[in-house]
Amino acid sequence: MDRSLRGRAAVVGVGQTTYYRHGSSPHAEARLALEAILHACEDAGISPTQVDGFSSYSNDRNDGPRMAAALGCRELRFSNMFWGGGGGGAAGALQNAAAAVACGLADCVVVYRGLAQGQFGRFGRGPAAPHISGEAAHTVPYGVMSAAQMFAMKVMRFMHDHQVERSALRAIAMASYHHAQQNPLAIMHGRPLSESGYDDARWIVEPFRLYDCCQENDGAAALLVVAADAAGDYPHKPCYVLAATSGGPYRAAAPVHNTPDYASSHFQTVAGRLYAMAGLGPSEVDVLQSYENFTGGVLMAMVEHGFCHPQEVNDFFTLGNLTAPAGRLPLNTSGGNLAECYMHGLGLTIEAVRQIRGTGPNPVPDVEVSMMIGGPMVTPVSACIFGSAATL
Amino acid sequence: MSAPYLHPGLPAPTPARDGLDAPFWAGLRNERLLLQRCRNCNRWQWGPEWICHRCHSFDLGFEPVPAHGVIYSYERVWHPVHPALQHQGPYLVALVEIPHADGVRLLGNLLGDPQQTVEIGSAVVGAFEHHLDADPAFTLLQWRRAPD
Repeated sequence: MDRSLRGRAAVVGVGQTTYYRHGSSPHAEARLALEAILHACEDAGISPTQVDGFSSYSNDRNDGPRMAAALGCRELRFSNMFWGGGGGGAAGALQNAAAAVACGLADCVVVYRGLAQGQFGRFGRGPAAPHISGEAAHTVPYGVMSAAQMFAMKVMRFMHDHQVERSALRAIAMASYHHAQQNPLAIMHGRPLSESGYDDARWIVEPFRLYDCCQENDGAAALLVVAADAAGDYPHKPCYVLAATSGGPYRAAAPVHNTPDYASSHFQTVAGRLYAMAGLGPSEVDVLQSYENFTGGVLMAMVEHGFCHPQEVNDFFTLGNLTAPAGRLPLNTSGGNLAECYMHGLGLTIEAVRQIRGTGPNPVPDVEVSMMIGGPMVTPVSACIFGSAATL
Repeated sequence: MSAPYLHPGLPAPTPARDGLDAPFWAGLRNERLLLQRCRNCNRWQWGPEWICHRCHSFDLGFEPVPAHGVIYSYERVWHPVHPALQHQGPYLVALVEIPHADGVRLLGNLLGDPQQTVEIGSAVVGAFEHHLDADPAFTLLQWRRAPD
């Protein structure tokens, strides 16, 4: 029995709404999600009523059965939520969708995420309640309550262990901003970031300055996944799933910062299974989208995926190496979470598909293998590798 | 009693509704650090769980540990995300490893100058910070650099 997703599913449609600054969407979150799904269907040339599966993550509020009813889908066959927060499921929801179509549970699964923080409140704010209990009781009273505050100590320890210089984090931030300048959809289009702009920005929480931290945004994004043998029926160049894996190493979710391998992004086991499933290694990846909640998470995630040794990060992470079209490994080529939009990473997954199609805002020439890494430092994390028909 | 490290107004910790960490919070009120230990395999674990993750025994207790630790990592927070900290200025959070309890980690504030240089690996000792005016009253475990 073939226990792999390799070559068994394909992305045939992508869609997104206009991206907004947090709290400034003129539309309700559910409407944004519906709009992104419509765009993905339009891109694939199908009617939304043909969608028979819904796959999301991060406790998306727009649950699949309601979406299916709103869209008049003929039948709902797959309704799936990937556990965990942040962008840990940005490839995990795609993994689940790919598994569903590969196994015949459904024919056309939409992977989607909608966010309207004006309607539902921001991530980066502390809790307003007078009392707090559970794991948060062991962190919030000490002033640790935002994602930046939860993850800074992981990056601090990694930087200490491997003598990482700030220039490495800066290169990640600048690559996103550099690519966003060619992307009219990007929130930071027309707002380039200079070295001094990065260096002089205020501290958020050491070791993160302002531009090490993602935006928060309103919008929605969606991808349509079908079985690979149906991919030729759709108008765009097929983008095949070569691998999609998720999870975390031993006790990664141990409470109150007790993850055994603490100074990490939690991809130690996920990355090995990813490459094994795809049948390739990091040197064969042509272009990479790596989820920036914080630049330090990107750095650790890329190390854990074997793009460079921990002792080489200061040499590897340079703007030249990370930019399209000719860098050693073009990174976050639409502007990523930092400068395109923070749609919990689904925008990165869409950009990974566009790179296979050759239609991104910063196309890398002759892409055969395109990779996306979702949600560093949370548990579970996820990653996926797409390939052109030539890679099958 | 000296003033609390952080400005008042943050959410007050209360024991989990299911009681899982109640002995920990009761211990801090009495200036004792009580952490979870398995009575079957005698190993420590933190945060608390209903089961020992090593031997799967449900026979877990809370036992005293000296509040002595080593800084495993830290952060200096500049951007407040809670209204109570709007005028706080920078503050330090340390992740402290407890060698006497199988190296489990606790999180607390590092007392003293918030602009001090922090050394990963340096020794710290616990300081019990009582919030007796809170309802219900609670105690936090803070950390200060161990005397040389």
